[in-house]
Amino acid sequence: MAESVKDVVLEYVKNEYLEEGDDREVTYDTPIISGGIVDSFSMVSLKVFLETKYKISIPDAKASPEAFDSVNNIVVLLKEFGIE
Amino acid sequence: MPNHTPFMKPYEEEVKSFSWEISKKELGYKDGDIINIGEFCSDRICRMGKSDKLALIWEGFSGEEKRYTFNDLRQLTNSIAKFLRDDLGIKPGDRVCLFMDKVPELYIGFLGVLKMGAIVQPLFSAFGPESLLTRLQDATTTAIFTQKKHLPKVRNILGELPSLKHIIVVDDDGAKPLREHEVAFNMDNVERVDKFDVYPSTAETPSVLHYTSGTTGKPKGAQHVHNSLISQYITAKYVLDIHDDDIYWCTADPGWVTGTSYGIIGAWSNGATQCVMDAGFKAETWYKFIEKHKITVWYSAPTAIRALMKEGTEVVKKFNLSSLRHLASVGEPLNAEAVIWSQEAFGMMFHDTFWQTETGCIVVSNYPGMKIKPGSMGKPFPGIEATVVDLKTFVPIERKGIVGMIALKPGWPSMIRTYWNNEVTYKTKFQNGWYLCGDRASIDEEGYFWFVGRDDDVINTGGHLVGPFEIESALLEHPAVAESAAIGKPDPINMEVVKAFITLKPGYNQDKMLELEIMNFVRKKLSALAMPQEIEFVDSLPKTRSGKIMRRVLRAKEWGEEIGDISTLENDM
Repeated sequence: MAESVKDVVLEYVKNEYLEEGDDREVTYDTPIISGGIVDSFSMVSLKVFLETKYKISIPDAKASPEAFDSVNNIVVLLKEFGIE
Repeated sequence: MPNHTPFMKPYEEEVKSFSWEISKKELGYKDGDIINIGEFCSDRICRMGKSDKLALIWEGFSGEEKRYTFNDLRQLTNSIAKFLRDDLGIKPGDRVCLFMDKVPELYIGFLGVLKMGAIVQPLFSAFGPESLLTRLQDATTTAIFTQKKHLPKVRNILGELPSLKHIIVVDDDGAKPLREHEVAFNMDNVERVDKFDVYPSTAETPSVLHYTSGTTGKPKGAQHVHNSLISQYITAKYVLDIHDDDIYWCTADPGWVTGTSYGIIGAWSNGATQCVMDAGFKAETWYKFIEKHKITVWYSAPTAIRALMKEGTEVVKKFNLSSLRHLASVGEPLNAEAVIWSQEAFGMMFHDTFWQTETGCIVVSNYPGMKIKPGSMGKPFPGIEATVVDLKTFVPIERKGIVGMIALKPGWPSMIRTYWNNEVTYKTKFQNGWYLCGDRASIDEEGYFWFVGRDDDVINTGGHLVGPFEIESALLEHPAVAESAAIGKPDPINMEVVKAFITLKPGYNQDKMLELEIMNFVRKKLSALAMPQEIEFVDSLPKTRSGKIMRRVLRAKEWGEEIGDISTLENDM
């Protein structure tokens, strides 16, 4: 069975942005931008990941810190592009 | 209502009467006396009868809160100083690094290190292992304070740091055993030390080592001395206008100079209560923080202000921000739109301030009560002689409105004393009797300075300087990259962001996945700040006939500017 979108995004965030010794629990609802796990500069790489993975183009206006602030928020954003 | 008449007299009047002696007198310091920043920011404030006053209100990202009085500050800085000196055997003059998020141990540890005479080396906790290694190697650092989450980065480079003897973990919970060289230090449970013989530093004793990036070579360690307090105390008082009943918030990270000069020394030498929030950026969280703690004086950065501006004024209205009374900004030029927006959103304008790691204190600024010209840097701080000089002759430009390089007459108390291990580069900063800031500006008929841009290739992103050489070197370590050039490209929020131009080695094809891989490669090696926000794959890079990459050609194209003289260009773009 294919991995769900939210699991793909969650795994990517954990693997790419949590440092090796960072044992914070990250769930679908964890604030990743305002919680300081992904900073505003790194957000661009998360956006490029989503665009590459799902072959979409997310306009800058939609790539707000709010829209990226949790895995669940990202899932809502991706739905706008037909990704479920 | 408390009296908040600005401490600074009307500008022209202040310029005539100001002397650094005013600061010394207020601090109770005479030339030749012992001066230790750690002591002046804690013990001295307690002696002034403010032992029970709150020094720090700290809030973590999940809302947890810690509070420390000036007496806590005094005792805990003693505990840290004693631990370093007696338990670890750290000697005066040794370099002790602080590599932590914005946790209380960072702020209090800073003063503790200074109290026992070591040189404190704060480093931005988001640095990757390579950025960390470069700076620790250069400073031959003896000890480092860090958190569990950053420990792997330190462990990974420990083998290349023979000088690093002690890794102090401030949040060790015993869950995993510490290794050789590692020691736990839990500030909340540490024995409070009431009396400590503070190291008898004098004006020229080294205090802080802040690393800053240049166009070429490795980052340079700007070395400050305890005398910097004279400038930092009085500029915090006059420019930030911090009064006794103010609640102050400096949003800068102490990994950078604003976070120490004004996030620690300026605030606490004035006996101010300051707030710190250790969380990522979110407009509502910031406004909620101001409302909750009734913040009155707010020192922030244009990047943050523009990000708030993007969220609009409606969100501002959801909060009661009536406690705010003075706003200031630093990091990069504050554009006129942001100044005007702040008037609309908060009922007052942000006061732009200009200074650098090397100056140690604010040198050109807009002052409380002074007419603000939105978009202007303001005027030189009284006591600072500033001008713009010709880019070739370094002679001050008399005609108004002509662009030159910002230059300062050396001698103010917080000027750096050298670059660590790099006196040669330090000397190049002085020409014709002036210290050259490396920024270009013009001065108008009324004496206001107007920023134009950097005079070198250093990238100012979100108020932080990033050296293109460091980024290019990291890029070249990626197996697919043959050649690279890094420049700053315009960005509406961060002023500039890093853009990289890359030629690929044979066998590699450009695609989005490779772009992402290279971005993450640099982010993990250096930091998110240094990560190219955009990568352009090109067939060749513009070079001089001697083979040097001409970044300015790439930059001019990106900014839509004139390319200028390209007679030395080897190839057509």
